Amino acid sequence: MNKPLLKVDGLKKYFPIRKGLMGKTVGHVKAIDNISFHVNEGETLGIVGESGCGKSTTGRTIMRLLEPTEGVVEFEGRDLNSLSTNEIRKVRRDIQMVFQDPYASLNPRHTIGKILEEPLLVHGVSNAKERRKKVVEFLKIVGLSEYHAKRYPHQFSGGQRQRIGIARALMTNPKLIIADEPVSALDVSIQAQVLNLMQDLQEEFNLTYIFIAHDLGVVRHISDRVAVMYLGKIVEITESEELYANPLHPYTQALLSAVPVPDPKYKKEQIIIEGDMPSPANPPSGCSFHTRCPFKMDVCTKVTPVLAEETPGHSVACHLYTEEGNDDIEKKKQLEGSV
Amino acid sequence: MNERKKLLQVKDLQTTFFTDSGAIPAVDHVDFYVREGEILGIVGESGCGKSVTSLSIMQLVPSPPGKITGGEILFEGQDLLKKTEKEMREIRGNDVAMIFQEPMTSLNPLFTIGNQMTEAISLHEKKWSKKQIKERAIEMLKLVGLPRSEEIMKEYPHQLSGGMRQRVMIAMALVCDPKVLIADEPTTALDVTIQAQILKLMRELNERMNTAILLITHDLGVVAETCERVVVMYAGQVIEEAPTDVIFENPCHPYTRGLIQSVPDMREKKDRLYSIPGNVPKPGSIEKGCRFAARCESAFSRCYVESPELYNNSDVHQTRCFLYDEQEGVTTDEQATIEG
Repeated sequence: MNKPLLKVDGLKKYFPIRKGLMGKTVGHVKAIDNISFHVNEGETLGIVGESGCGKSTTGRTIMRLLEPTEGVVEFEGRDLNSLSTNEIRKVRRDIQMVFQDPYASLNPRHTIGKILEEPLLVHGVSNAKERRKKVVEFLKIVGLSEYHAKRYPHQFSGGQRQRIGIARALMTNPKLIIADEPVSALDVSIQAQVLNLMQDLQEEFNLTYIFIAHDLGVVRHISDRVAVMYLGKIVEITESEELYANPLHPYTQALLSAVPVPDPKYKKEQIIIEGDMPSPANPPSGCSFHTRCPFKMDVCTKVTPVLAEETPGHSVACHLYTEEGNDDIEKKKQLEGSV
Repeated sequence: MNERKKLLQVKDLQTTFFTDSGAIPAVDHVDFYVREGEILGIVGESGCGKSVTSLSIMQLVPSPPGKITGGEILFEGQDLLKKTEKEMREIRGNDVAMIFQEPMTSLNPLFTIGNQMTEAISLHEKKWSKKQIKERAIEMLKLVGLPRSEEIMKEYPHQLSGGMRQRVMIAMALVCDPKVLIADEPTTALDVTIQAQILKLMRELNERMNTAILLITHDLGVVAETCERVVVMYAGQVIEEAPTDVIFENPCHPYTRGLIQSVPDMREKKDRLYSIPGNVPKPGSIEKGCRFAARCESAFSRCYVESPELYNNSDVHQTRCFLYDEQEGVTTDEQATIEG
């Protein structure tokens, strides 16, 4: 259970900003900037953050749908970034993806049967009968029926389409599924169905999930561990219970307090952070959250905090918990004392 | 508290879309009211008719294919459906204003914010001087909490972030001091931290300017945090109506109950989420019986045959479900004894 299946170390993905006639590179959008984490076998790692924080890019870079700028992605002991295009295609049998928009990720001109058969063809199941048998088997597993194989995507509702997306990901018996906002386009009642299905499948097939989402309630429900991202960096990562009970990073605290709770009697202290997320093309110096942080200190504008373990299994990147930060707090206290 | 005047009353509203495959009743005999200075929430899933209801109030339903086929929309006692288009134009903005989900598509990308703000004001305040209009525009931008509002007047929509655009939309909707603001999923396209800012702003404006707000949303959390009363819609009908505290504490309709239980709670982890079986029916696909019957755990024979009305649970709480029909108490007992 505690064996890491996937290890990400120092992963970076920079998109060049080109300008002018010659397409000169004038800067970089640091979509993901030096992130490291691991996912254990059979667990679900949730990645949360607001739009533009790099959570989707992370998923795509692991799959090498986007070429990483730097860093190591180790899957079952092999560095995926050193593999050739042909080799990575074979590895993708073990790592599959489920996308947000089930409307856009299914080819409207293919029947469901054909859509589900495709991954088998790509991964070399040549027997047509066997393929068809497997299609029917997986349709049933995700709660659809045999006759659905003859239909086209537009004949299904959003929830059913997401079931098809999940079935497609399962066709090659993967070990790791990267689900990028799989339920955010769905209505609440359908969202619950799909989440339950994903949990059942995890148990049945011993799947490992990376669950990327912006909804903190959903992430808490499905994840064992959670990573919080802000502007291309992981600012906090720990067990899900611990994160929700005891968030350390001011951004995590603000994020948790901003989520509306469906209970009018529940009174909480709301921390409303001002302003918007800065542009990842021009991130602030030092800690990238300092422009909106209620606890900003001098050191935050100068030194970038590193993700470090604060308590066992709970890592945070914030100067409130670093030595430099402590020095700053001390100084402030002394100053106040002398005045 | 209950003495407050009903400002906007929707009575027996029916809006139908006439398509090639037949007439689709998107809004089917809907009744509700908004009182002075209150925030009323309308919740429901996609296709339940909540947006069409709001568009019907403003008479902005795309026609054809849509048409308001019956009912009344009373604003301060006058039926808006009997107004001419010219009179309606006076009412929109002046008395009732509306903001939409995606602020980018509601702002014209070719004009500066200042241009669009002043246009809105000059249409309604025809006697004002240019200077007055500009001052008012800047004042409104400040009111909705936009920093450096004078510079923003000169900027284009694409230069602003999603949250700022939604603030501009709110400012524009409020320039003429409307009595009712209809907000159709105003925070759905925004991130949580920005959503919290916008909801706070709306609550403040509601308190400070006493603007009544009709908030349309699919998010029960937003309702719990913002609204005083709630109307729950399903398949074109109002199925439950009650004050917010009551509906979360004692949801009566099986659909409302299921909906509340389906939301993953951030405060505690459940092993399994409750989920309502089946899918939201297509509007108009159910002709007989209660529209929720096929997905309902408590459904009994009558539910498949007759359509339930809204029954009173208390003075302020109504539910469209036979479980709360007083006559039904007798029949279910009878059934129980027969079965027993």
